[in-house]
Amino acid sequence: MSRRNNKEKAIEVALLMTSGVTIVALFLLCIFLFREGALLFGDHSLVSFITGTSWYPSSSPAKFGLLPLLAGSLIVTAGAIILSVPLGIAAAIYMAELADPRIAQILKPFVEILAGIPSVVYGFFGLIVVVPLLQDLLSLPTGQTALAGSIMLGMMALPTIISVAEDAINSVPLSLKEGSLALGSTHWQTIYRVILPAALSGISAAVMLGIGRAIGETMTVMMVTGNTAIIPGIPEGLFDPVRTMTATIALEMGEVPQGSEHFHALFAVGAVLFITTFIINLIADSVKKKYRLQEEA
Amino acid sequence: MFKRSMLSVTTLLVVMSLALFGAGCVGNNSDDGGEAIMVKGSDTVLPLAQAEAEVFMNENPGKYVSIIGGGSGVGIAALIDGEVDIAMTSRAMKDVEIENAHNNGINPLQHTIAWDGISVIVNPENPISELTFEQIKAIYVGDVSNWNEVGGEDREIVVLSRDSSSGTYEYFKDEVLEGNEFRADALINPSTGSIIQTVMQNKAAIGYAGVAYLGNDVKALAVDAGEGAEEPTAENILSGAYPLARPLYFYTDGEPAGLNLEFIEFISSELGSETVLEVGYFPA
Repeated sequence: MSRRNNKEKAIEVALLMTSGVTIVALFLLCIFLFREGALLFGDHSLVSFITGTSWYPSSSPAKFGLLPLLAGSLIVTAGAIILSVPLGIAAAIYMAELADPRIAQILKPFVEILAGIPSVVYGFFGLIVVVPLLQDLLSLPTGQTALAGSIMLGMMALPTIISVAEDAINSVPLSLKEGSLALGSTHWQTIYRVILPAALSGISAAVMLGIGRAIGETMTVMMVTGNTAIIPGIPEGLFDPVRTMTATIALEMGEVPQGSEHFHALFAVGAVLFITTFIINLIADSVKKKYRLQEEA
Repeated sequence: MFKRSMLSVTTLLVVMSLALFGAGCVGNNSDDGGEAIMVKGSDTVLPLAQAEAEVFMNENPGKYVSIIGGGSGVGIAALIDGEVDIAMTSRAMKDVEIENAHNNGINPLQHTIAWDGISVIVNPENPISELTFEQIKAIYVGDVSNWNEVGGEDREIVVLSRDSSSGTYEYFKDEVLEGNEFRADALINPSTGSIIQTVMQNKAAIGYAGVAYLGNDVKALAVDAGEGAEEPTAENILSGAYPLARPLYFYTDGEPAGLNLEFIEFISSELGSETVLEVGYFPA
């Protein structure tokens, strides 16, 4: 009996250690990221990094201004959200409420396949199909614009938004829906007066997760946005080339001498990106929690 | 049940250590089973070195040449650390790097193995077919922004460049821009393939790419460095008439011997030179 107890204990400790590894890894990663990034601020002031309007890493003296990259990330992400949220929520409503179960069963795996396509394939598709299309339709000098990035990222965020929003709609208690129908409202009135408000926090979580997916995406954006480090105008900057934070790190990390200013600057950009996604995840988590409480009530 | 799982774990461990041991053997058996060298560096030289290594190993069974990419700087760092036998680069070693190598007891020796031409490309529908060095520089630093300023149609120029980790980027910046910064609104492409793709699709675009990448989908401009416009053809690059040509290097630690020497000599052999041309570069 005590042998069995010891064995159980041993297994428990082993499992604790494995899950502990995740935390330790995250912790070490943070230390590394922030330490390497902080080393930039020996020679450059934090203010000039955050408010700097030009990113010239290889000129002398080098200029490491975050604003063009941050603005680039924000405009591409904002565009992606504007495009994907209405589409995603509409698709989720259709699949959860309106579609014939047989049709929904056919649609679901297709949405999941969309999530499984590698980002480089999306990027290639964007470069070959979307970029020339935008160029011709809008008669722009180049189709490699923030908008091209937004369209691709919107497409990539769709599966996340659809499946999380669909789950949220599905977990609205049946009694609410039945109550509404029993009071004589139509199916459509029930959907937008009862089900959507009840599922709102779950849908918000879906949107936040979609944003998280979009802001961290690298390969696709790098291939279609032109990577020009200039602060875009809002909203007309949507039709200009932009450079995101992720693309900057991916483009420049390749041959930057280890330990140089430029190297530390890229880590500082990485730290900003980390903080951004961290905040987004926190928000998504808190709206999700709020949603669970509502369900119990 | 417990015993059986122990057994499978033990078996797994044994298999894994055997695999590790085996992998170690392959890496180290240059003394008994056959000779092996490792070459690392520039992604520009990579396709050439790979093709040469394949032909060489086919001709010389039992001799192994492994080729690894990563960039010129990466290859040089590996040579300095004594990790590889040959570093392949698309640029000469910098003074700092040579100094570092000497401090590490490595004496880098340069061998030119082939020449690469850099072409300036535009869309085939663009009426422009030649530009001077000054015009290209003016377009790339931002002084000229419309094709009609260099004799073309009234159309805004879309300027394409590589990212800063590319050896071609550095070459272009040194040779054409004479060290000046690229214009801030140039579109930065992560690969040469993406530059070609964009030029194919965009009538207003200008880009640069290694001659090996050229096809019929883009038009390579004749470049005038003051002595008349020259097309990037094999003859002009080999004769030195085309101004944008650069040597590709192998670096060894001191005078090459053994398999290092054999491989370097093979590249300049008749068979090796044929391979150089097949890949799209020009024999040294």
